[in-house]
Amino acid sequence: MRHVLSALVQNVPGVLAHISGMMASRGYNIDSLAVGETEDPNLSRMTFVVVGDDKLLEQVRKQLEKIVTVVRVDDISSQDHVERDLMLIKVSAPAGPKRSEIRELVDIFRGRIVDVGEQELMIEISGRESKIEAFIGRMRPYGILELVRTGRIAMVRGKGKSDEAPLLHESSIRKYVG
Amino acid sequence: MPTLSPTTETQLMNGADILVKSLVDHGVEILFAYPGGCSMPMHQSLTKYADKIRTILPRHEQGGAFAAQGYARSTGKVGVCMATSGPGATNLVTAIADAKLDSIPLIAITGQVPTWNIGLDAFQETPIVEVCRGITKHHYMVTDIRDLARVMKEAFFIATTGRPGPVLIDMPKNIQQEKVSVDWNVPMNLPGYTGKNKTAQPEQIKQIAAAIKLAKRPLIYAGGGIIAGNASADLRELVRKTGIPITMTVMGLGAYPSEGPLSLDMLGMHGSVYANWAIRDCDLLIALGVRFDDRVTGKVEAFAKHAKIIHVDIDASEINKNKTAHIPVCSDVKPVLQELNRIVEAPDIAPWVKTVLDWKDSYPFKFDAGFEGILQQHAIAELSRLTQDRKTFFTVGVGQHQMWSAQFLKFKHPRTWLSSSGLGTMGFGLPAAMGVQAAHPDALVVDIDGDGSYQMNIQEMATCFCEKLPVKVLLLDNQHLGMVVQWEDRFHDKNRAHTYLGPIDHLEATGKGGTNFVSERYPDFVTIAKGYGWGAATISQKSDLTGAIEEMISSDGPYLLNVQVPYVEHVLPMIPGGRTVDDMILE
Repeated sequence: MRHVLSALVQNVPGVLAHISGMMASRGYNIDSLAVGETEDPNLSRMTFVVVGDDKLLEQVRKQLEKIVTVVRVDDISSQDHVERDLMLIKVSAPAGPKRSEIRELVDIFRGRIVDVGEQELMIEISGRESKIEAFIGRMRPYGILELVRTGRIAMVRGKGKSDEAPLLHESSIRKYVG
Repeated sequence: MPTLSPTTETQLMNGADILVKSLVDHGVEILFAYPGGCSMPMHQSLTKYADKIRTILPRHEQGGAFAAQGYARSTGKVGVCMATSGPGATNLVTAIADAKLDSIPLIAITGQVPTWNIGLDAFQETPIVEVCRGITKHHYMVTDIRDLARVMKEAFFIATTGRPGPVLIDMPKNIQQEKVSVDWNVPMNLPGYTGKNKTAQPEQIKQIAAAIKLAKRPLIYAGGGIIAGNASADLRELVRKTGIPITMTVMGLGAYPSEGPLSLDMLGMHGSVYANWAIRDCDLLIALGVRFDDRVTGKVEAFAKHAKIIHVDIDASEINKNKTAHIPVCSDVKPVLQELNRIVEAPDIAPWVKTVLDWKDSYPFKFDAGFEGILQQHAIAELSRLTQDRKTFFTVGVGQHQMWSAQFLKFKHPRTWLSSSGLGTMGFGLPAAMGVQAAHPDALVVDIDGDGSYQMNIQEMATCFCEKLPVKVLLLDNQHLGMVVQWEDRFHDKNRAHTYLGPIDHLEATGKGGTNFVSERYPDFVTIAKGYGWGAATISQKSDLTGAIEEMISSDGPYLLNVQVPYVEHVLPMIPGGRTVDDMILE
């Protein structure tokens, strides 16, 4: 099972090293990791994607919670949530029909062209992992020159923060508008 | 030149003074500290507070850290050690890892190069916080002196609350020297750590009581959590009220008296036959303050496979880690036992108790009493007998002598048995004994050691002499790394692979000595001991044993009794690693 864990941690030096070191030394594989400050400058949010069974997840979560600088951990994949990856991709695009095709695909995928060169385009795209993967697939025939992706970030729908279980009726409505 | 007014002067303190005053304010009476360039300001400060805090100078930083553990394990209070940067700091690492695995409250303070030199590979610089991340409960590098009072407060809080453990504080030299006006009332900043011990829900305790009432073959499996949680009296009450037999881990020895009517002694790889059989056959396993370590369980799927498991532990991550619990209770064990004792009813288990006590009669820990020389087990049993009437602390190294001590000592009280159990660090015995003696000046403290382990921290003999710590050492000298020899004998066709501790041109070095007793002994421990100012004697005759131990006990200063023993003796019973109780070797 694939799980998205969201950890609120103290924004102090060494937290990332501590957490990633713990994961590595206990043999837990992280598929993706993203870190950034939150609305509170004293706290950072770390989002992990971990693949494993329930027993493994229980351990990962408890071991994370044991770290003194970890304030709380939520398995947000068990709640209704939004997930996003951000990608920058540079594609070979000489002037001509190919460039137009790429522009069309960028529009369909709701990406943005952020830099135009003589022979290449840089495109920004965000979305769920499957969408990002699909876009990479579409770009491959044109020649991908360079690609960089952030880790997964995620947030629970509804009024509550990730920390609190969202209200059921609100989340079920938002499922269709988000 | 302007000078500071006296009032301002008294408010301003340098970092070293803040740190040392914090130690004093947190009740630290003794610390073990080895100075060096980057920790000198703290040592200077320690002399200012010498009437409140005793600084003991070990002869190696590892010795100091294990002495701090000896202090902590025997008193339940925080042990404190200090070292300089670089090699001083790295020399603490083993003892810090050891404290982590055995959940010992330890504060390790290291000097560090000045903040402007950090990261420049300065002289005696190591990134000790990086090194220690995975082996501490928490760690700090103080880079702003205004944080120091808070960090000290947090360090003591974290080391002692919840599941105890080691905390590292790395102190750059300029922070030690810098002056600041201190706010001692600064609050802690630990949003992710409440330190509040979790307590069980009343329904969970009712569930436990109900499971006990229904059980036909219940067994208590108690560990270091009972000792750390000061719950030994409550545990004894539970055993008395319910009549349930009890077995203990190496960390749990002393939780229930060895000679108590329902003691099944230690379980696990070298545990008793009756404890391991009771684990095999029990229908309810009451696991209290334990972590289902591999040396206890062997093949984990086969461990207690017919039993419902109640697992009480303060650390949520221990529950369901190695073995799934049917009644998981994340709680400090003491309140659970107190509430349980209030409501529990004795189950009807007379046939089961008779069965396990019959096993105990039929398969006791034993050794060849007819052996012509002195066997290790005999020496330990005799030491135990001769110290029965006085409060005695025992420390051990790691290996055969450690397991025999666990088997043959008669434990009465918690915190009187000190063993590096999780990490299994050779060289633990002597420095740990030193720390115990410093904490309990009037008690008898005996390090039961092997010649391999002993030489890993032999330099601490100087500390014992110079600091007036009259530690006794019962040295079981078999000239070999006995536990590894035992495995060579059992699993490697007796091929000796670097397990002989004498000169390489000796026949024993290749296992061709052909005897079970090495007559030429190396080194001469008595001469070494005398060189360090200790009393010492060597014996090899059975008839000398009692008198020699009595002489050791009654000597005023530190004393080493070197007992020459054979090396072919094996620790039994034995369940080979990863195997099951059915594979237990008895002979």
